[in-house]
Amino acid sequence: MEIAFWLATLAPFVVTPSYLSLASQIAITALFALSLDLILGYAGIVSLGHAAYFGFGAYTAGLLSKHYFGEPLTGLVLGAAAAGLLGYLTSHVIVRFRHLALIMLTLGLGLLLAEAANSASWLTGGADGLQGVKMAPLLGFKFDLYGRTAYAYSLAVLFLLFLVARRIIHSPFGLALRGIRENATRMPAIGAPSLAHLRKVYTIAAVIAGAAGALLTQTTSTVSLEVLSFGRSADALVILILGGAGRLYGGIIGAVVYMVARDQFSGLNPQYWYFWIGVLLVAVVMFLPNGILGGLSALRKKPQ
Amino acid sequence: MLFDGFAYGMLLFLLSVGLSVTLGMMNFVNLAHCSFAMIGGYVTVSLANRYGWPFLATLPVAFLGAAAAAVILERTLYRRLYRASDLDQCLLTIGIVFISVAAYAWFYGTVVQSTPMPSYLRGSVPFLGMSFAAYRLFLIAMGLAVATLLILMLETTRFGARVRAAVDNQKMARGLGIDVDRAFMITFALGGGLAGLGGALAIEMVGLDHAFALNYLVYVLIVVAVGGLGSIGGSFAAAVVLGVSDMAGKYYFPWLGAFLIYLVMVALLMWRPVGLFGKR
Repeated sequence: MEIAFWLATLAPFVVTPSYLSLASQIAITALFALSLDLILGYAGIVSLGHAAYFGFGAYTAGLLSKHYFGEPLTGLVLGAAAAGLLGYLTSHVIVRFRHLALIMLTLGLGLLLAEAANSASWLTGGADGLQGVKMAPLLGFKFDLYGRTAYAYSLAVLFLLFLVARRIIHSPFGLALRGIRENATRMPAIGAPSLAHLRKVYTIAAVIAGAAGALLTQTTSTVSLEVLSFGRSADALVILILGGAGRLYGGIIGAVVYMVARDQFSGLNPQYWYFWIGVLLVAVVMFLPNGILGGLSALRKKPQ
Repeated sequence: MLFDGFAYGMLLFLLSVGLSVTLGMMNFVNLAHCSFAMIGGYVTVSLANRYGWPFLATLPVAFLGAAAAAVILERTLYRRLYRASDLDQCLLTIGIVFISVAAYAWFYGTVVQSTPMPSYLRGSVPFLGMSFAAYRLFLIAMGLAVATLLILMLETTRFGARVRAAVDNQKMARGLGIDVDRAFMITFALGGGLAGLGGALAIEMVGLDHAFALNYLVYVLIVVAVGGLGSIGGSFAAAVVLGVSDMAGKYYFPWLGAFLIYLVMVALLMWRPVGLFGKR
């Protein structure tokens, strides 16, 4: 099943070559949703400002290639590392809070960073976006107009980081995280350092989000303020909930459904696109609490 | 400027006080609170512009319309999620925000709405050698009146005592035979209605467009989180501080944008996660 799924991700090269740039967008969005899944689905940290790390990685990669060198892999690693550093620093604050204070803090930190990037237009280009990002070829392959390199690159990174995430989830550390999600006071009582675990997973998620942001910069050669926006955080949340939070494939399935639907409806005014997103959210919360994947596995169990 | 900030703070107080009480009482993260404000705003716009009602006469209708919508939503959707996680509540209410934003864009377009003001609310009132905008004076009077009424109601009436009991300890209140569900429904209607009133009053002060529910969500949440859940005095203080500092920020450091506000909020929350006047 899993192998078939990953083989199917190669299909766009053959079946829909004109949609490769959309496919790489999907892969990047899926990676971002995966990082949110680690903290939200597994560790139970509700975040409305996860785009902060995505955007930080994106701007780091963009500024690196604009001012220093355009080599993509180093840029990816540095972008992810920078986002990870930011994640580590903020995690000390984030993990101490729950409920409304947590939601407000993540929202506040995200908005803070977005405002900072908007104000510092000498560095980031402000509302016009960062211009002049030039990417060098990746391992000898140029980033072409059709997005073949871009998709192969995004997919490879998604696959690798997915394997990392899966390893984490199935490790004792991953089990401890789920324990903390279920009962945050009992876990320290049985000897699990709850706050340290949460800090660790928050940093890991920030690294992955930063990598996704760097990928977006490198495959599109621009950075706009949108990478830090509340909309991006909310989209990731919607995608994850749609696919099924707390499941490894939730973010990926959600990203495929969401992005393809948005592409199909892109002729519509974005206002009305959000109307359907709203309806979808209400419906998922009311009728499909575990997302598409949760609904499917419930269907499979019922006949028995 | 202090005066403008204070008027703005009063507006924020009207918009957010309902959310503060309902959040404190039921722990329900209602991000769609500003959608109720939009209902009030659009009721006023429709009545004043299409049917030529005087502005003041539309205000009670705005209050009632938003309160009715709040009760309907509470009965049909919110009620089922009281025991759900924060995340589910957030998602449901954000979904409602998206729906309402799109619906208003559909019915009223994306232009900023305005409504004719009666002559006595236009212009300015000279006082002690300075002139004050009449509408802002009116806004401040409304804010103070609502705050006084609410505090009196909560402190002196039997219903107020029930609400306070339910905010402080819901289980205990139930145990004492207080119908918490009913108290909550009435409070919810009241909160929604006040938001509707705030929305109607906001038209003249900050403008009303289809994205109002999203744009003011952050401000309202800041007021609630900083002021402390379930505390009317806290909301009042937080709204005034936020209104004045936002105006001051825009006046003295325009290049910082909203940066200052977010910084203050994050710092305050790190210092006191339950808000300035919160008990829990």
